[in-house]
Amino acid sequence: MAAGVVIAGAGQAGFQAAFSLRTEGYAGPITLVGEEAGLPYQRPPLSKGCLHGKQELDEIDLRPAAFYEKQNITLRMGERILAIDRDARRVYLADGEGLEYEYLLLATGASNRRLAGPGALYLRTRQEAAMLLTELEAAERLVVVGGGFIGLEVAAAATALERKVTVVEPQERLMQRAVGPIISEYFRAMHVGHGVEFVFGEGCTEIDDDGAVRLTNGAVLPADMVVAGIGVTPRAELAVAAGLSVANGIVVDEYLRTADERIYAIGDCASFPSRFAGGMARLESVQNAVDQARCFAEAVCGRPRPYDAVPWFWTDQFEAKLQMVGISQGFDCEVTRGDIGAGKFSVCYFREGRLIAIDSVNRPADHLAGRKLIAHGGTTVTPEQAADVEFDLKAAAQYLV
Amino acid sequence: MSLFSRKPKETASITYVSHTGASQTFDVPLGTSVMEGGVRNGVEEIVAECGGACICATCHVFVDEAYLPLLDAMEPGENEMLGNTLVKRRPNSRLSCQIQVTKSLDGMVVHTPEAQV
Repeated sequence: MAAGVVIAGAGQAGFQAAFSLRTEGYAGPITLVGEEAGLPYQRPPLSKGCLHGKQELDEIDLRPAAFYEKQNITLRMGERILAIDRDARRVYLADGEGLEYEYLLLATGASNRRLAGPGALYLRTRQEAAMLLTELEAAERLVVVGGGFIGLEVAAAATALERKVTVVEPQERLMQRAVGPIISEYFRAMHVGHGVEFVFGEGCTEIDDDGAVRLTNGAVLPADMVVAGIGVTPRAELAVAAGLSVANGIVVDEYLRTADERIYAIGDCASFPSRFAGGMARLESVQNAVDQARCFAEAVCGRPRPYDAVPWFWTDQFEAKLQMVGISQGFDCEVTRGDIGAGKFSVCYFREGRLIAIDSVNRPADHLAGRKLIAHGGTTVTPEQAADVEFDLKAAAQYLV
Repeated sequence: MSLFSRKPKETASITYVSHTGASQTFDVPLGTSVMEGGVRNGVEEIVAECGGACICATCHVFVDEAYLPLLDAMEPGENEMLGNTLVKRRPNSRLSCQIQVTKSLDGMVVHTPEAQV
């Protein structure tokens, strides 16, 4: 059999790469290797729709089995690539079988950081979501460790089910890595308004046998259930073993290629140069996974282009739909647009006079305009204009392609 | 006992017609979306990158005029997102992830655009 494209990892990025290779016209063999059994599935619903009873865990497959047959994509689910032989252009599965490749794509994702001891639940896989839902049935008091997106989505869902929730966040504010302080405070107040309690500036040192959570300040929080969402570690062990460069993810160039011209990396596991980050970036999002997968597929099909998509992300918590575009870190000016009290507003972030990011709460039009404005360098809107709701951001973005 | 009761398994028939005129009809469970019905049955013209969060505009469909009055009114977010579709919106444009299948939609026809991304 001719060597084709082997994709390590069957999450959103790996799946999309296989799909995009076919839509771009790639005719060779495509093998998608995924650690988890079952068909490739979407992860966002695990902390969103599935926790609210709007989606079932067995209904979140990205595509049905027939799709892979029709597209001639070979699925190797429940299997794992253990090693790469770069000289022979071959990967080895756990059972010793070798697969030759023309191109190898590392879309290995990330794994959850874990607390030091046992006792906490985590949320990344369909199986973990099933466990969480099962435990949630009997639990009355939850402690969530980590006030990031996952932790807060779990807190909101559990509160909606009338569970008592306390969130422990070691930093001083919520979602600190991704949003500015105005948004953090809005979400804190909203969660408190729904009955969620917070402990800031403390971590979890251990979980007692009875489930109680011990904090760094000595306090003990009783709990029937502990969920930890404390960030991730990129899965780069294959790349390390193959001698590829790894620094907070597998290092790739603007074409998403490693130092080996036959090996690319995309999605949560890849560290890539980003003008939006002003340096190397590693992003954990559907948008990044999908857009990088397309970029990879085009490169394999002989149409390489630098990856340059605007980062965007979303989270749903209680009545707030938060949509983020751009990377706000390093802003030197922020303006608020809309009505915070009414729960419909955006925070626009500027650096050296350029619009670099917008976080929108229930203002989808600002978010969409932001995607265009920021892609174009953010030079066409001033902070004064952004703060003025009468100023039409959409119109300002319209003539930009 | 489970946290959430399973969705009813009753279905409505939904027909997906591609821009070339190819037509496929499926029984889609009530309470799921027209997008989900398409994706699960392999309608390739519906991409649905975001999985139904109304944030990617890649499940754009044109709803058969006869069924338009039966649909719930659009949320503002969907209306905004429809300004972002690859194929320009028309008066009967909707995002299929935002159309929940009900018994009254039985027999509905949606047309998919030439491209979504």
